[in-house]
Amino acid sequence: MKETKYSICGMCAVRCPIAVEVEDGKPVWIEGNSHDGGMGRSLCAKGGAAFSQRLDRQRPLSPLLRTGKRGEGLWREASWDEAYEYITSRLKPIIAEHGGRALMFSDRGGPFADLRQAFVKALGSPNYINHDCTCGRNVHHASKSVYGLGRKDFAYDYANARHIVLFGRNITESLKVKEVKSFLQGVKKGAHVTYIDPRAAITAGKASRYWQIKPGTDYALLLGIAHCLLENQWYDQDFVARYVTGLPEFKAFLAPYTPEWAAMETGIPAEEILAFCREINEDRPKVIFHPGWMLARYRDSFHASRILHILNALMGNIEQPGGLFYPKGPKDAGSKGLKSLAALVPAVTDERADGCGTRYPQWDKGAGMLQTAYEAIDSGIPYPVKAYFIHRHNPLIALPDPKEQQRILDKLDLIVAVDVHFSESAWFADVILPENTFLERDDILRTEKGLKPGFGRRQQCVKPLNNTKAGWEIYVELAKRLGKGDFFPFQSIEDIWHYQLQDTGLTLADFDAKGFVKLSDKALWFDRDQLKFGTASGKIEIINSQWEAMGVASLPPYAPPVEPPAGSFRLLFGRCGYQAHGQHQNNPILSELLDVNKLWINTQAAKQLGIKDGDQVVVSGGDARGTIGARVTDLIHPQAVFMLHGFGTDVRVKKRSFGKGLADHIFMQGKLKEWDQAGGGLNLAESFVTVTPAAAQEK
Amino acid sequence: MSKYIVTQDVADCIGCRACEVHCKDKNNSGPGAFYCRMIEVSAAGAPLPKIDFVYLSCFHCEQPWCVDVCPTGAMRRRPQDGIVYVEDSACVGCKACITACPWTVPQWNPTTGKVGKCDLCKDRIDQGLEPACVTKCTTGCLTFTTPAAASEIRRQEFAEQLLRHRR
Repeated sequence: MKETKYSICGMCAVRCPIAVEVEDGKPVWIEGNSHDGGMGRSLCAKGGAAFSQRLDRQRPLSPLLRTGKRGEGLWREASWDEAYEYITSRLKPIIAEHGGRALMFSDRGGPFADLRQAFVKALGSPNYINHDCTCGRNVHHASKSVYGLGRKDFAYDYANARHIVLFGRNITESLKVKEVKSFLQGVKKGAHVTYIDPRAAITAGKASRYWQIKPGTDYALLLGIAHCLLENQWYDQDFVARYVTGLPEFKAFLAPYTPEWAAMETGIPAEEILAFCREINEDRPKVIFHPGWMLARYRDSFHASRILHILNALMGNIEQPGGLFYPKGPKDAGSKGLKSLAALVPAVTDERADGCGTRYPQWDKGAGMLQTAYEAIDSGIPYPVKAYFIHRHNPLIALPDPKEQQRILDKLDLIVAVDVHFSESAWFADVILPENTFLERDDILRTEKGLKPGFGRRQQCVKPLNNTKAGWEIYVELAKRLGKGDFFPFQSIEDIWHYQLQDTGLTLADFDAKGFVKLSDKALWFDRDQLKFGTASGKIEIINSQWEAMGVASLPPYAPPVEPPAGSFRLLFGRCGYQAHGQHQNNPILSELLDVNKLWINTQAAKQLGIKDGDQVVVSGGDARGTIGARVTDLIHPQAVFMLHGFGTDVRVKKRSFGKGLADHIFMQGKLKEWDQAGGGLNLAESFVTVTPAAAQEK
Repeated sequence: MSKYIVTQDVADCIGCRACEVHCKDKNNSGPGAFYCRMIEVSAAGAPLPKIDFVYLSCFHCEQPWCVDVCPTGAMRRRPQDGIVYVEDSACVGCKACITACPWTVPQWNPTTGKVGKCDLCKDRIDQGLEPACVTKCTTGCLTFTTPAAASEIRRQEFAEQLLRHRR
């Protein structure tokens, strides 16, 4: 018998809607869920490798208990009962001695986090943390400080834009299927695209203007652009008069930051900056300045993103077709939302170990900040943290300096990893609880915000092949065994779904036809005369006094980046469209596409070092060294070298990828302690390396 | 040429290689064997870099070299639509087809010791569907069509372009 199951992909954190055909219990076909018009049947390479992931046996296939030292990779298989017992017998004394707050938990956030947050809360801990210190925290906090709204409180209507401005937002490779389709639609309809990146990623090939900016000078270029726009009154004066405060102060602040000045800092000619500004003035309000996605890069990325947010306001593009819009939620469609699982659990009032809301008053408590939680583990301040649950998150390669991280993590009494893969972090844990692949698991229902809001369901399409479980089963069972079962009155995923849907008037059957439910047939737009923002004034605040009171200047003067020492390069990293977050390099199919990364190095710089295209080179930084093939190209700025992230794993059971290529994060020594002080994003593009021909090293 | 053709709109291609993966996942081509490939060509250039991708699978020739040289008749051409394919049971793995093809389209499967190649997912075509690479292309840049229809579309586009540029 053949049937189609609608679900949600889990190969990466984008979580696209999918359709899976199942015949006699076997998955035979996977494609995009074409009931979603923006998706169609499209599916990226990662999604296409989902069946391959399920069949891959170089993954944790049953619960594993560590038998050697941490990270040594010696394991024995255990039953689920034994693994649960292992965890609870260690967790109970920790909680008895130090309280529930001695537990911390990290995951990759997303729409299914509610149940995990409920679990952490139920155990009495305020320390739920997501991955965002290496992702969008700077963008999010910048958005909060300008609009009083989070970064996800705006979305982008690329398909109808006339100009799309991307500061390193590599939209064609850091890939979201629906987003890139909408982007290409806009390009096809004639939208200008300005792409700014020290490396000409594939997105540069789709652009009508590409600027190979000097690395680390985005803030300078943005100040130059803002200066030029205000100087020439090339902005939406009506919108600004109505909704924006602080323009006179902004103008005064920008006085020295002329396009000519910006040209000196960035290497982008002043006349090109002027031409760009003239163009966007003609294209507004249908102009999108993408405020950054992964922007844990430089010490001033928060402020760069802040200017990007302000430029959108100057374009008057808010709640505007071809510009930014508010993703509408169930309430906006006149419906009730999903009931929260975390709301079943009483609030935890302890301060957070990572200091969000206390030591770092400007940082959101909801997502936490992993690097400052590490500080707490290391110092015991503000209180001891003794146990860490790592849920399908891989801090050992996401954050800098794995050796330093291991030193700190080794102070913990218990490390539990829940994962589909042998992530580098799971490999360092005490116990691995293997999760079903996404094809094999149900998850809690999710809210899907947008112009047509709704809810979506990830459902089990096929039975697990191995001795693995779904995340919801794991956490509900652990909570029960830890005496917190009352907060999780559920025996099945259906019980959870029924609870979530309780106020909505919907039933589970409503999800069968398409996998999702829309709460509105037509696109919902707010009245542009009645826009609301979340700041104290209700306006878009260029000067935010609340943030200034927390020690974050609204408009700090520009400070140039540290230049690479003589003979050194700034190390940049990124990803391609078919492997992300180090999760896919060992996938049977995806590893065939690429099993070793290369070092991009500028032609002139390479020539001076006697390096030819394809040569093996030695990269050194701190006490880290490694060999990699060189890709000699003018597509990268002379000050920088670049490598794809996620290679060079030290997990030996991942046989397709073990020892192949080079890991970028090993060169980021000391960088666990360096972040954007305002926004909290780590400075992942502030490490320098030297490069020498491998042949010269051998002599 | 088979009666079908897969065309690629290079402007919409982002080199994401989903086509290669969808093909491998469906056709199980074996380690290192790709029935279709997306080949990157790039040059720095000023003011804009050129970064393009070229889709290459099988041309399904009208007079296929691979069919002519196959000693066992494993390499065949479907009479009804000209799709060139390998009849697995008859392939002895001699690789003559790989040598004969001007583009070395036939792929060696080290697991089976036989040759495999693009058959335009003929099982899907026979059900009224399209090849895997086209069906699931991330951006929709691949189109499964016929030479005549493809030509018609391009000519129409050219004509529209004349209108757009009319003074």
